[in-house]
Amino acid sequence: MAENKIVLEAKGITKKFPGVLANDNVNFDLRNGEIHALLGENGAGKSTLMNILYGLYHPESGEVTVEGNKMQLNSSRDAIKHGIGMVHQHFMLIPVFTVTENIMLGEETSHRASPNENPLVKLDRKEVAQKVRDLSHQYGLEVDPDAIVGDLPVGIQQRVEIVKALYRKANILILDEPTAVLTPQEAEDLSRIMHDLTEKGVSIIFITHKLKEVLAIADRITVMRAGRVVGTALPKETNEAKLASMMVGREVILTVQKEPAKPAEEVLKVEDLHVKDVRGLESVRGVSFSVRAGEVLGIAGVQGNGQTELAEALTGLRHIESGRFTLSGKDLTGKTPRLITETGLAHIPEDRQRHGLVLSYSVADNMALCDYYQPRFSKGVVIQQAQVDANAKKLIKEYDVRTPSAFVNAGKLSGGNQQKVIVARELSRPVKLVIASQPTRGLDVGSIEYIHKEIIIMRDRGVGVLLVSAELDEILSLSDRIAVMYRGQIVATVDRKDATREQLGLWMAGVHETV
Amino acid sequence: MDWKRFGFIFLIIVILFGAVVLVGHTKSSPIIIITSMMATTIAVATPLTLGALSGVFCERSGVVNIGIEGMMLSAAFFGWLAAIYMFHIFGFGIGISITVGALFAVLAGALMGLLLAVLSITYKVDQIIGGTVINILAIGLTGFLNRQMFFGKGSIFGGQIPNSPGVLPTIHIPIEEIFIPLCKSANCIEIVDSINKVFDQKPIAISAILLVFIAHYVLFYTRWGLRTRAVGEHPKAADTVGINVIKMRYANVIIGGALAGLAGAYFTIESVPSFEPLLTNGRGFISLAAMIFGNWTPIGAWTAALVFGASQALNIKMQLFRDVIPPQWAFLQQSYVVGLIPYILTMIILTGIIGRTTPPAADGVPYEK
Repeated sequence: MAENKIVLEAKGITKKFPGVLANDNVNFDLRNGEIHALLGENGAGKSTLMNILYGLYHPESGEVTVEGNKMQLNSSRDAIKHGIGMVHQHFMLIPVFTVTENIMLGEETSHRASPNENPLVKLDRKEVAQKVRDLSHQYGLEVDPDAIVGDLPVGIQQRVEIVKALYRKANILILDEPTAVLTPQEAEDLSRIMHDLTEKGVSIIFITHKLKEVLAIADRITVMRAGRVVGTALPKETNEAKLASMMVGREVILTVQKEPAKPAEEVLKVEDLHVKDVRGLESVRGVSFSVRAGEVLGIAGVQGNGQTELAEALTGLRHIESGRFTLSGKDLTGKTPRLITETGLAHIPEDRQRHGLVLSYSVADNMALCDYYQPRFSKGVVIQQAQVDANAKKLIKEYDVRTPSAFVNAGKLSGGNQQKVIVARELSRPVKLVIASQPTRGLDVGSIEYIHKEIIIMRDRGVGVLLVSAELDEILSLSDRIAVMYRGQIVATVDRKDATREQLGLWMAGVHETV
Repeated sequence: MDWKRFGFIFLIIVILFGAVVLVGHTKSSPIIIITSMMATTIAVATPLTLGALSGVFCERSGVVNIGIEGMMLSAAFFGWLAAIYMFHIFGFGIGISITVGALFAVLAGALMGLLLAVLSITYKVDQIIGGTVINILAIGLTGFLNRQMFFGKGSIFGGQIPNSPGVLPTIHIPIEEIFIPLCKSANCIEIVDSINKVFDQKPIAISAILLVFIAHYVLFYTRWGLRTRAVGEHPKAADTVGINVIKMRYANVIIGGALAGLAGAYFTIESVPSFEPLLTNGRGFISLAAMIFGNWTPIGAWTAALVFGASQALNIKMQLFRDVIPPQWAFLQQSYVVGLIPYILTMIILTGIIGRTTPPAADGVPYEK
């Protein structure tokens, strides 16, 4: 592989955004037929570099050459002309269009020998659909050209994106965080597809922050940190720990260090809880469990088995059909979120941008969202902004939130820092129970490490923690006890020391065996 | 547009026509009442159809257009003004004067479209506010100029509104010529004659119907349409495949403005040869309702416009049959009772009882890279 010629090279790329140096003299190259992984934390400058290669951003300095030719990239149209295709993390597909329409968009007549530039030229959907069928056959990417894209599962939509690039005769493919939205099964399919593509002469740049994937899929790995390239490695000469420290710039502890738990009295008791989901179907069907002070109860399960509804019910955000729950012995069934919060609940919601923060409010205001009405922030109905700001300044320091100031809108922060704002707000209050739903979803290694540490600190302080996560690794490294949810019921509960990854996997898949 | 919607539209039209036949059958025969209702329906639905098409082009590309009303009003005024100038000041003939008037109306609409485009695409002004600006501007500008040009100090028209050169002629479609020779009874001749009246429409009315089908073809079968819809659904996706979102939106909003301009021309160049302040009287907003009920499709919007047209035709016919309205329905003699029907229909249709419609996903959202 190493002797293959270089198909794409970026030299000395520098790109500034207001206040940020997103790419600082970056060099990068891609060889023919290889999968070159670009690894880095969120905000390391990976996406900026790719957007430059794809012509969406213009660098302040540096140049890009494709097969030795200097490339003038003014728009994505130029990149497409040079055979570069990109599959964005958030798919660039129009949900109401068919697969064919999505693929032909922008290149409506390029399948013809003599393309007609007339804007009123008739679309020949049939011919393009045939072309799509041929391409999907040739590369093993089965898609139905007549399907409406919005009806397709995410994994198939991603194939449509790849076919879309191939239809434009791309031989360099940029995949931006392609596995972030996929199920493990779909991710495996994707890695097979990527290898098939490279065998057929396509070169792939693969952007990710997941260490395991990189080692499994890539031929070469380039690591970026804070806008610079830190180094390039071969998978067989490196390992997860080495890559992680290159990404973060210091030693990273991938496994959480913790003392054995010292569980005390029961703080949360749930009895025979029944909850319906948005569609009105019963998604939590008779769940009972308890969480004690000073322990972490992990709820494992594949997404969509009722965990979301369970967390929402316990925080007062969703109506409880029947059953009850108590917090510190107080029955809070059907009570308002405010009363539940005041009783001593901290909630780190699953969707941090929609339920955890008001993105258009400042960091300071977001940090006072839970108790802005209490005497420490308010005199009567008037909020004391000085107190709110002082509180924010204190928390920003304590929880290491990287923000230009306390007055920046929460929406402007990176995912990891947004989550830190929520963690700071929730965990700085005197609470008895923490409900953390998917607390590290989509975060980079550094932030994950931080949040895991905070959860263990809470536990050691004698707070009960209910951790809901679809990441088995997270469940295994944090929990003291593990409950597995499947189709709205808890199918098994085990102590951490008795749990094996294989057994949990079987329970999560709904396979029942007596242990 | 689904069949449920078409069914609903058909039902309402049957009810409206049936009501007129019930009231007027003592005065003339049902077939004549129905055909003349149809002719009136098509004619009065013209500005609504064009207004709705204006909305379709703007909103399919992602720009909400609530300024249709203002675009129509200013087009009606400037078209009419151009016709008067051509005729009285420059001394051209009637034909040329009103043709130029119609062209000026389209131009005025297109310019208003350009204004909406600049506000909402370049300056990213809230599009509801941008549309409202156009509506207010149109009312103020036409009202002011109307008074100033004809009654102001030193007006070349000497303090009175001159006669307009006239209106566009009806285009005769030769159906009678073919079928009347085949008729054997006077009754037959009468029927053929009345059917022919349905088809004998004026140029803007005919072009509105043609434009419905042209718009349908353009939007769903051409490169332009695919790109327009892409830009209105997911502009970022369109941008990544090299489509210039800003250019596409500008072009479509200007096309939309021109269509609203043609709708404005209907009032002062095709329907009546005069202008009065506020003459569009909410037609632009009814067009918007027709567009929404038609689920942002040209053909759907057209059929919805026909319902509103039919309710206006009902209003006109009821006045005609005033003397034969049975005493127990005397309330129908009050013109405001039937006059309310189009507005009540608008409300019913917009409540969504016939199922909800879905606007383009990026409708009303300015594009930022």
